[in-house]
Amino acid sequence: MMIDFSSVFMFLAVGVIFVAVTMLLARLIRPADPNVVKMSNYECGEDPIGSGWFTFNVRFYIIALIFVIFDVEAVFLFPWALVFKSIGWIAFWDMLVFIVILLVGFAYVWNMGDLDWIKDLDNLKENEEDTVISGTMPNTTSGQVH
Amino acid sequence: MVDYITVAIYTVMSVVVFVLILTTVAFLTLAERRISAFMQDRLGPNRVGPWGLFQPVADGIKFIMKEDITPLEANKLLYTLAPILTIIPAMLTFAVVPFGHDLFLHGRVINLQIANLNVGILYVFAIASMGIFGIIIGGWASNNKYSLLGGLRSASQFISYEISMGLAVIGILMVYGSLKLNDIALYQGSLWFNTIPKWGILVQPLGFIIFLVSVFAETNRVPFDLPEAESELVGGYHTEYSSMKFAFFFMGEYANMITASALIATLYFGGWQVPYLHNIGFIIPKFGIVHMQQWLVAIIEVLSFVIKVGFFLFFFLWVRWTLPRFRFDQLTALGWKVLIPLGILNIVITGALIMLRII
Repeated sequence: MMIDFSSVFMFLAVGVIFVAVTMLLARLIRPADPNVVKMSNYECGEDPIGSGWFTFNVRFYIIALIFVIFDVEAVFLFPWALVFKSIGWIAFWDMLVFIVILLVGFAYVWNMGDLDWIKDLDNLKENEEDTVISGTMPNTTSGQVH
Repeated sequence: MVDYITVAIYTVMSVVVFVLILTTVAFLTLAERRISAFMQDRLGPNRVGPWGLFQPVADGIKFIMKEDITPLEANKLLYTLAPILTIIPAMLTFAVVPFGHDLFLHGRVINLQIANLNVGILYVFAIASMGIFGIIIGGWASNNKYSLLGGLRSASQFISYEISMGLAVIGILMVYGSLKLNDIALYQGSLWFNTIPKWGILVQPLGFIIFLVSVFAETNRVPFDLPEAESELVGGYHTEYSSMKFAFFFMGEYANMITASALIATLYFGGWQVPYLHNIGFIIPKFGIVHMQQWLVAIIEVLSFVIKVGFFLFFFLWVRWTLPRFRFDQLTALGWKVLIPLGILNIVITGALIMLRII
């Protein structure tokens, strides 16, 4: 057991040495001639507008939250899978109940649209059509505001 | 008391395996370009040495000679740390993959595997998940819009597909009942109806498809290469990187491909197993035994592993030029709405089939 983990650490050591040696070697060989233009952030050749650390879509966060729930569930399944054969049918039915409870939560998340990247795509389309119609028919009937 | 010879053997093996992975990474970059060229009816790089074989060496020298540029606005420490955090876990994952059975040498049994950990496949999940930190830290530290988006997409994609990958592996664990990859490979040598070897692909066909798709997403390969979609995100999370730091990201990605291929081969295609081959030679039911030397058997098993891994590496490149890239909403939808329900279905079906003593 210990010899196994020590060989993992050996492998890690080889990796760290490789990375350190390569970076050191590169540092000794490569040229270093920085200037302000060269060290500016890349934005298709233009001067960068604002900071690169912009506010991003909250979907990324929701996906991460759902992931935590499902990953914990997977952690419960791993030890069950290992002893499944020796326990038999009772393990099968137990886990079936667990999975059904989980699926109820999954169905809820799905129904709430948290798994969709673009929420309410249909609403979005309807709104777009409205704007298009109001744009093509300007002021034919007075007093009607879209 | 420490057995110094055993320690020496495993040290040498660690170094040899590490160098072999690096060499494979180097030649994989060449293979990728040559095979891409072949599929597009071009020649590809063929000038450096015979058939362009020294191209990776030329690339390596060029990487080392290039100026390293750190953007002024970047977070210097994290910017330097990110490529290291990517390449080391990518290499470290390979430590538990068995590339052969035992080798008997002068009365000593040598596992052809760097570490036969009892947590086996969980170690792979744990270490592979650490690789994502490198990508998301690199994307954030660059202070570049493309990099940040690439890093975020990468993290989101990785966690979406990690669940389906875990569910697919649970099917395998139920059948083989062990976390140790060597035990899983060993079990796949047993026979079904005394004729067909119980390879993972035969007992877990649905699980194999889920695992294969998830692994493609985990390694950021086409059709799931949104983190570095060059037509919309320039270079994705490594837009600002140059010189050796870029090379580490690049090598990490290819090392991940190698580990992924090795895992597919080990879990679903018998790993180092050759059908009917045992330590004493071929044992063919109703036919007889063909005796062989043990070292010869070990060599054949290692070759078998290398061929399987080689095939899946080729498969990665093959898919790249066959399928177009997903849109991001399609990618999350596939992960959450298709693969996860399928993964749960696979667990239930596998459970029922095991209890009915079919597999």
